[in-house]
Amino acid sequence: MSSAGGAVLRVEDLTVRYDSVTAVKEATFEVCAGEIVAIIGPNGAGKSSLLSAIAAIALRARGRIEICGRSIDDVPRSDIVRLGAALVPEGRQIFTSLSVIENLKLGATIRRDMEIASDLEAVFAEFPVLAERRRQMAGLLSGGEQQMLAIARALMSRPRLLMLDEPSLGLAPMALARVYDKLAAIRSRGVAILVAEQNAARAFAVADRVLIMSHGRFSLSGRPDEIKAHRDFDGAYFGVAMSGARWSG
Amino acid sequence: MREAAQVLVDAVSVGGLYALTALGIGMIFGVMRLVNFAHADLITFAGYAIVVFFAQSTMLAVVAAALAAIVLALITERVAFRPLRGANPETLLVSSFAVSFFLEKTLIMIVGARPKGVDFLPGLARQVDVAGVRLQLLHLMTIAMSLALLGGTTWLLRATRLGLEMRAAAENFRMAEALGVRANRVIAAAFAISGLLAGAVACMIVAQTGLVQPRMGLQLVVIAFVGTVIGGLGSLPGAAIGGFFVGLGSILAQALLPEALRPFREAFVFIAVALVLIVRPLGLFPSRSLRQRI
Repeated sequence: MSSAGGAVLRVEDLTVRYDSVTAVKEATFEVCAGEIVAIIGPNGAGKSSLLSAIAAIALRARGRIEICGRSIDDVPRSDIVRLGAALVPEGRQIFTSLSVIENLKLGATIRRDMEIASDLEAVFAEFPVLAERRRQMAGLLSGGEQQMLAIARALMSRPRLLMLDEPSLGLAPMALARVYDKLAAIRSRGVAILVAEQNAARAFAVADRVLIMSHGRFSLSGRPDEIKAHRDFDGAYFGVAMSGARWSG
Repeated sequence: MREAAQVLVDAVSVGGLYALTALGIGMIFGVMRLVNFAHADLITFAGYAIVVFFAQSTMLAVVAAALAAIVLALITERVAFRPLRGANPETLLVSSFAVSFFLEKTLIMIVGARPKGVDFLPGLARQVDVAGVRLQLLHLMTIAMSLALLGGTTWLLRATRLGLEMRAAAENFRMAEALGVRANRVIAAAFAISGLLAGAVACMIVAQTGLVQPRMGLQLVVIAFVGTVIGGLGSLPGAAIGGFFVGLGSILAQALLPEALRPFREAFVFIAVALVLIVRPLGLFPSRSLRQRI
């Protein structure tokens, strides 16, 4: 379990509001180095709002967010990654009119060191698909390849926290399996990973801890096996939006 | 044949000026979704900088023109457009009109509305003989300068870190910021480049017409803007190519239309524009980021 000393991300009593809608209510949790925490919940549960608040994309109503011990109050959006948190957003948001290698170089925007070129080669070794297509326009990649590119781009900033919003969205099962294999490999290097998912099966298989979210609140949290065994699990997850949820064993 | 070559060189040189103007407008539109009609006043202020300095030295006047336009571009960004960042495009458009009127009227208040004659770069007014065809040196210089600036801008966008950040910001500003791209840096850079292009255009226009007046930039910008629309708003190569063809078309119309119709040449250019937009509503080279929004 997490220890307070190793927390890369600490969120305390966070409430996110859009106009009159409260998307996230009093969320408190942390993510430590070398662990994968999955936030699972149906569409509209507030997962994206939570990640957007941490990435300083959403307006934050109340609460406290710390990345690597530094509060993000008054930190502009472009400096969140400088605190050590990289985002793989929903829908991937790769730059489709730029080449694969240009997308990766943009991932290293915050860096001024001499190791960017060697990191690029390391990324290409780790993601051979991207190496073959490094000069191609990123818009020509398949969905799975684009997801890999979005993850690789985030890694180019050498983050201590990697946040992924719905990485499984629109991916075929094979591509999805590859994405989660990568996450496990990234975790083993000591990176903290926070992943928001509707697709519970994958996230359960790889996460160290799971937070079940519905109506903006965490209704259950714990290790995946604990949660699955919990008698409230079906109610907590399915009770909210029957049609929006995808539960495939 | 000879006359055709002369008209063509003239048309290409004017097309080059419109291409540079359209590129300057497209640059700002790309990163901010702002159609900056105050680009006209960057050109005009640069023109007056030439008036002030050309008697002392040509070099000084050129540098002053470029600096005047760059500094003015940065000031308008800081004072007028930065507070509106993220506002919807209509708000931005109207505010650019406001900035443009303000600058124009301020200028009229200071220097008056009457045109001023400037004998700038008189050495370029002579003709040179190229393969038996007598061509205006000024036209050739204009073409060379346009090519150099288009090439330089392309290099900056393609080969430098700043250029990569600008292209990323043009496609998806929010994601670029999430990766650490600083909004102030790329937007200020875009304004500085558009200022530099406006300064260069001013030098060539003043050399060609020998006149400076408070509305000199306006017609150029309106027509160049049409060029960016034809090229596809948000696409920089599209802006340059669209601007080029509108300029080219207007000079060719001037040369080829029957005498009686020449005063209406712009109408013919705009008919051509309308036809292009009927066939391709998003322009010849629609930008991907705009296509996604629609």
